Amino acid sequence: MEVMPKWAEVILVPLISLVLAAILSAIVILAIGEDPVAAVNLMVTGALGSTYGWGYTLYYATNFLFTGLAVSVAFHAGLFNIGGEGQAMLGGLGVALACLLIPWPHWTLALLGATLAAALFGAAWAAIPAFLQAKRGSHIVITTIMFNFIGAAVLNYVLVNLMRPAGSMDPATARFPETVHLPTLHDILAPIGINFSKAAPANVTFLIALLACVLVWFLLWRTWLGYEIRSYGKSEPAAKYGGISPTAITMIAMLISGALAGMMAINNVMGEAERLVLNAVEGAGFIGIAVALMGRSHPFGVFLAAILFGFLYQGGAELALWTSIPRELIVVIQALVILFTGALDNMVRMPLERVFLMMRRGNS
Amino acid sequence: MDFLTLIQLLDSTVRLATPLLLACLAGLFSERAGIFDIGLEGKMLAAAFFSAAIAAITGSVWIGLLAGIAASMAFSLLHGLASITFRGNQLISGVAINFLAAGLTVLIAQDWFSQGGRTPSLMGGARFEPITLPFAESLGTIPFLGPIYEELISGHSILVYVAFAMVPLTWWILFRTRFGLRLRAVGENPAAVDTAGVSVVGLRYAAVMICGVLCGIAGAYLSTALQAGFVKDMSAGRGFIALAALIFAKWRPWYALYATLLFGLFGALETRPDVIQAVLGIKVQGALLGALPYVMTVIILAGFVGKAIPPRAGGEPYVKER
Repeated sequence: MEVMPKWAEVILVPLISLVLAAILSAIVILAIGEDPVAAVNLMVTGALGSTYGWGYTLYYATNFLFTGLAVSVAFHAGLFNIGGEGQAMLGGLGVALACLLIPWPHWTLALLGATLAAALFGAAWAAIPAFLQAKRGSHIVITTIMFNFIGAAVLNYVLVNLMRPAGSMDPATARFPETVHLPTLHDILAPIGINFSKAAPANVTFLIALLACVLVWFLLWRTWLGYEIRSYGKSEPAAKYGGISPTAITMIAMLISGALAGMMAINNVMGEAERLVLNAVEGAGFIGIAVALMGRSHPFGVFLAAILFGFLYQGGAELALWTSIPRELIVVIQALVILFTGALDNMVRMPLERVFLMMRRGNS
Repeated sequence: MDFLTLIQLLDSTVRLATPLLLACLAGLFSERAGIFDIGLEGKMLAAAFFSAAIAAITGSVWIGLLAGIAASMAFSLLHGLASITFRGNQLISGVAINFLAAGLTVLIAQDWFSQGGRTPSLMGGARFEPITLPFAESLGTIPFLGPIYEELISGHSILVYVAFAMVPLTWWILFRTRFGLRLRAVGENPAAVDTAGVSVVGLRYAAVMICGVLCGIAGAYLSTALQAGFVKDMSAGRGFIALAALIFAKWRPWYALYATLLFGLFGALETRPDVIQAVLGIKVQGALLGALPYVMTVIILAGFVGKAIPPRAGGEPYVKER
C-alpha cells in the first residue's frame, strides 16, 4: 500500500533529513564558537565562487560519483558494499600498472586501457567477498570491511617493496609518462572560449563519470539484468521463484559495483596525482555510502549528492584554510547525513506518513 | 629467542589484547541480543577522547573514565534509537557512528585544547599507573616462575585486570542468569520472547547500553593507560579487529579471550620483526602481519575452518505486528 505519493517519498523525505542534518551541523559549528552563517558563506565562495573552486568541487564530485554509483548498484541487489575504499585502492593499482608498463601513444588510448584496468582490479577485489557471500553465506558487510584493511596492507607492501623507484624513500610509484596526461577542464574548455582555472584538478574523467551515471540508469531500469538485480534486492524468495539465480545476481551486482569503485582511480590517480601514492582514495569509498543513501540509489540522485559532497569537501578545505575550524567538520556533516538519510529514515517517514493519511481521510 | 624476550612479547600481547577484549565483549552483548554493531570503533574513539580530555582538565583519571563511559553510552543510545526504536538499518547506523566519532573528537579537541586535534599529555593522577601486585619484587628472584609473576602478571594498569575479570563475568551473566537467557533468546527468536511477555525493546536497549559501558572502558584504556593522551584516530581499526575476534570466537566469552590474545600477539609481533626472523628464519613484512587477523576472519567466515554462525535474529529490527 502506498501511503505517500511518489514525490514525497523521493523528494520530501530526503529533503527533511538533509535539513535536520544541516541544523545539527549548524549547532555543532555554534558549539565550537564559530558563526554558521559566516561559515556557509565562506564555503560557498570558496567552492563555487571561482572556476578554481568549481574545479576542485567537480574533481571531488567525480570521485564520489563513482563510489556513490558503486554503492547504489549493490544496494539495488540488497547488498551493502562497504568495500568501496579497498576496491578503489586496488583500482589505483590497476591504473598505475597500465600507465607504467604499457607505452601508450596517446592519452585517449591510455584512458581506455587504464579504465579497463581500474575496473578489472576493482571488480577482482569485490569478487572474493561476493563469491563468499553467494556460495558460503559469509556476511558481505564484514568481508568487505576486512578486504578494505587487507587491500591497504597489500598496497602498502606493493608500493614499498615492488613499485617504488630505486633511490626513492617515498612509498609511491614513479610518475606516469607525459603522454598519458589527461586533459583538464581548462584544456577542454579553452578552445570554446571559456577560461577555466588551470590550477584545479578537474579533468575529463568528470565526463566519464556522467556517462557512467547514464549507463547505470540504463542498466538498472532498461535491461533484463537491471530488472533481475532490482527484483532480487526487493525480495529474494520472489526472485528465486521467478527463476533468478541468487548466486549469479550477487556476483554480477558486486562485480559491477567493484568495477565502478575501481574506476574512481582514473580520476585521482591518473587525472590528478599522476602516480600512485599510499592512501590515494582518502575516504571517498566511504563517502560513496552517504552519496548513495542521499541520492536514494538513483543515478540522478547520486549525481546531485556527489555535487553536494564535492561542494562540502572543497568548502570544508577553504574553511580549514581561513578559520580555525578543522577539516573534520566535513566528516561530522557526512556522518549526520548518513545518520538521518540512512539509519533514522523512519524517524522522518513515520510522522510524514501519518500526515498524509490524515490528509487523505480529510479528502474522502 | 630467549626466555626474557618471550616474557616481554607476552607482556605486550596482554597490553594490546586488553582493548580488543573489552570491545569484543561489548560486541558480544550487543550481537547476542540481535543488534549488529560495527560502531565499536567509533564508540571506543569517542571514549578515548573524552576520558583523556576530562582527565586532563580535572586531573583525575577516574572522572575521565566515567566521562569516557558516558560518551560511549551516548553513542550506544543513538545506535539503539536508530536500530531499535526507529527500526533503521543497524549497519548504516554503525557506519554513521564511526564517522561521527572520528569527526567530533578532532573538532572538540581542537576547540578545547588547540593542539592540532590532540589532548595535552596526561601525567600523574590523570593516568592509570601500573599496579605492582604483592610480593612481585621478592618473588621475582625465583627462576622461571618469578619473572612470569613479576613481569607478565604484575605491573599492568587496573583496567587490564578489569578486562580479564570481565570474561568469566560475561560468561556467568549470559549463561547462568535469567537476564542472560532472555538476552540470548532475543537475539535468536525475539517473537518468542515477546510472546512470553518480556520486553524485546527493553532487553535490546539493555544489551546496547552494556556494550556502551565496555566500549567506554576500552577507549579509556587506550588514551589513559596504553598511551598518555588522545591523538586523532587513535583507535586505529581496533574496533574492527574486535569485530573480527568476535566472529573468531563464535560469539562466546572464553573464545573471545583466546581470539583477542591471539590478535594481541600479532600486534606485539608487528613491532618486533627481529623475533619473527629469529624464530621462523624468514623476514616477514610488518604490514602483511598486520593484515593477518583480517585474512583469518575472512577464512573463518567462509567456513573453511569451522563455521561461525551469528545469532539468528541479528541485524533484523523486531516488528511486533508481523
